[in-house]
Amino acid sequence: MKLSTAAIAALSLVASASEFAQDGRAIVESQCIACHAVTKPDKPGLDHIWQRKGPDLHYAGSKFTEAWLASWLAAPTRIRAGGELYTKYLKPTEAEDAIDESKLEPHPQLSSADAQAAASYLMTLKAADGSVEAGAFKGAAVSPTMGAMFFNKLRGCGACHSAKPGSGGSSGPELHTASERLQPDFIYSYIKNPQAFDPGVWMPRLTLSEPDLQRLTGYIVQLNGKVATP
Amino acid sequence: MILSKRLSNALPAAVAGACLLLVPTLSGAADPHSRATRNYDTYCVQCHGLERNGQGVNSASMSVQPRDHTDAKGMADIPDQELFDAIKEGGLAVNKSVLMPVWGNVLSEEEIKEMVAYLRHVCEC
Repeated sequence: MKLSTAAIAALSLVASASEFAQDGRAIVESQCIACHAVTKPDKPGLDHIWQRKGPDLHYAGSKFTEAWLASWLAAPTRIRAGGELYTKYLKPTEAEDAIDESKLEPHPQLSSADAQAAASYLMTLKAADGSVEAGAFKGAAVSPTMGAMFFNKLRGCGACHSAKPGSGGSSGPELHTASERLQPDFIYSYIKNPQAFDPGVWMPRLTLSEPDLQRLTGYIVQLNGKVATP
Repeated sequence: MILSKRLSNALPAAVAGACLLLVPTLSGAADPHSRATRNYDTYCVQCHGLERNGQGVNSASMSVQPRDHTDAKGMADIPDQELFDAIKEGGLAVNKSVLMPVWGNVLSEEEIKEMVAYLRHVCEC
């Protein structure tokens, strides 16, 4: 008797989790798809890159952490200083081009419950098999000084990405929040070949060795001060 | 009077004919740099700037100033092959900055050749 009660309770838990994700799907499909691709585009490439208003979400479950998604959707902040696609939000000035803040719109905010439901559903959207290499990041700690030298001077990542608030480039997403947002194996795999995830994206595929990939991923994972974990 | 009437009758036809001639001419004369321009706006503007003058949004925080592509004198000193190699293999391949990344994994050789031609168009050199 006890067993069957437990089984029923377990089944109802599974059912409610499934219902929850179903709600999340409805939220995502009604509120997110105007700006984000939640299925792989039929014709990925530069046309899609120029038409979209936000990053693709069809591999969100292989990219983000669920906790971050749920909290961010309830209280969004800007991650991409230059917007998406950055070129559309620039204006020339007497000196360097500047971001035209008047063109950038804040990301819609969801209620906490809707944010959690949407996050649960988004986590079910996985990248194509093999594109995120499970266990690729080995988790070795990186000397912050050495990591910063590689990130900025030797591989040039800092030209486009910010490694701490208020510094670095702005055409790419900020990376000082990357460890909260992103799965380490995704960071590794995206650096290795951004074009595999985002064909035509303005981040180049550099020629990086395995130690480079480990070092850069480790450095990015550590940027918020936490110790790298695989 | 007859002549002017004939002219007035003929004028709309002539204008219409000219328009017919113009339409295929305009659509046929596509900008030879259209693909390179969009590639530049996607990949190069972030450092080299909307006005192609090296004043991209990222350039403020860079340790090396990106090349000003409107600098006719400076650009004229760089052979086409060096421009091609810099785009395809990155700055290090031509003894320049690592901050110019390798684009050969994103752009095809044909697109890089088009970009070199576009840079010559931009610098007028």
